[in-house]
Amino acid sequence: MNLDFRRITGIGLLALYCAVNNPLWAAPPADDAVVNGVVKFEGTVPQPSHVDMAGDPQCAKVHPAGAMAEDILADDNGRLQNVIVFISAGLGDRTFDPPKDAATIEQNGCMYRPHVIAIEANQKLEVVNSDTTTHTVHVLPANNPAWDKPQPPGSPIEVTFSQPEVAVPVKCDLHPWMRGYVAVFKHPYFAVTGKNGSFELKNLPPGTYTIQAWHEKLGTATQEITIGASETKTLEFVFKPKPGS
Amino acid sequence: MRRKSILAIGAAACGLLFSAVQGDAQETHIGGLTGNVRRGEKLYDRFCVFCHGARGDGTGENAPYMDPRPRDFTLGTFICRSTPSGSLPLDTDLYDTLGRGLISSGMPSWNPLTRQQRTDLVAYVKSFSPRFATEKPAAPVEIPEEPPASADSVKRGAQLFQSLGCSGCHGKEGRGNGPAAPSLTDNKGRPISPFDFTSGTRFKCGQSGRELFRDVMTGLDGTPMPSFKDAVKPEQLWDLVHYLETLPAKGQQRASEGKPEPRNQ
Repeated sequence: MNLDFRRITGIGLLALYCAVNNPLWAAPPADDAVVNGVVKFEGTVPQPSHVDMAGDPQCAKVHPAGAMAEDILADDNGRLQNVIVFISAGLGDRTFDPPKDAATIEQNGCMYRPHVIAIEANQKLEVVNSDTTTHTVHVLPANNPAWDKPQPPGSPIEVTFSQPEVAVPVKCDLHPWMRGYVAVFKHPYFAVTGKNGSFELKNLPPGTYTIQAWHEKLGTATQEITIGASETKTLEFVFKPKPGS
Repeated sequence: MRRKSILAIGAAACGLLFSAVQGDAQETHIGGLTGNVRRGEKLYDRFCVFCHGARGDGTGENAPYMDPRPRDFTLGTFICRSTPSGSLPLDTDLYDTLGRGLISSGMPSWNPLTRQQRTDLVAYVKSFSPRFATEKPAAPVEIPEEPPASADSVKRGAQLFQSLGCSGCHGKEGRGNGPAAPSLTDNKGRPISPFDFTSGTRFKCGQSGRELFRDVMTGLDGTPMPSFKDAVKPEQLWDLVHYLETLPAKGQQRASEGKPEPRNQ
């Protein structure tokens, strides 16, 4: 081949272009995909049952008319609260360090605030008793060790869960109406819906994922999604009443 | 390859295979005795399977007729330990439970079995839960020397009984009839009653003040009884034990006066 100056430059530029864009060392696509959406309940939302706190005057003081059970909370448009939405498959064997900041769950007015919390494995969880009465913090996990500790007013408890689990029930034996849930994940892609039933999973790497929605009474629902870098996709999950309820 | 090398490699491989097959749970030691899982399995099939089930999950054929139900060993959760709540028990905790039995339950004392047999059973029971293969038990709770049981100690203990929230389950007078008592459930969701300290019966995990001290520190995992290890100073806890030890006499006094049993406080 006759290698004159133009050919050499052309081949050189081509080689440079290939080198820069070689997948072996080119910069990976940014983790900036977003999956968001709403979780809805289809049908008539059952009336929450009434909780009588007369057993402990210190709880009754905060809720003189009692309180409502929080196992199914939805607004007039059927948007479901306290649904955990998360990636259940598709992350391969990527690992993530837990956040340094602690999450907090509070016993306030003899109810867990929030009712459902999602944290990462080995992330610190602070349990706070803001009431004037003693609670017991009793967790009943399936994948983590179960434990039970009393908590007088004001004395903080700090714990971690090392194994993923959706979700660990928490109860207080002194106040039987109290029920909370702690979901534990080995990755940061989860959200808990608020009053408006909406969720957002941010900073996703591009890929194909199974997204799961979990509700403490209504069960689970899954959807598959494929998402590219910098894309935003919207999903809707719909829960129906369980048969026989 | 030379024959000696082949033999050596073969022997090493057999050794590795043997130790892997021996049982995943870490070894069991009680005093100078070592537990043997295979012997333990034979003993279990003879003495334990009818209640605790072939899978060790508490679903033996007798289980539906028992209250409380037999323990589900697959969870690695045990009532009587010397370790804090959430931790596995020590080998000696399981051995002691076998020997003592569990008061107010269908679990008898297995003291008629030899020490080696009980050690073998502990080794086999541990094989039902994967936790024993991957976790080590935490350090046992510290039990300081018992101070004298003075009237002041009893009075302080009575105050502690209220301030720690014990009366919520155990009732104002420790009779097991606190406001939360009717709703208590064990870790399988079955109703369970808090202890009546005025009854004078032995505690679930022993009968001495020292064992009572330990139980309050470790909690009784699988029941609503929590671990007070981080909620109270060890010296204070002896005051509580001294107070609790005065309650059986009150129970006897009540019985001799013919007072009726109130349903609930």
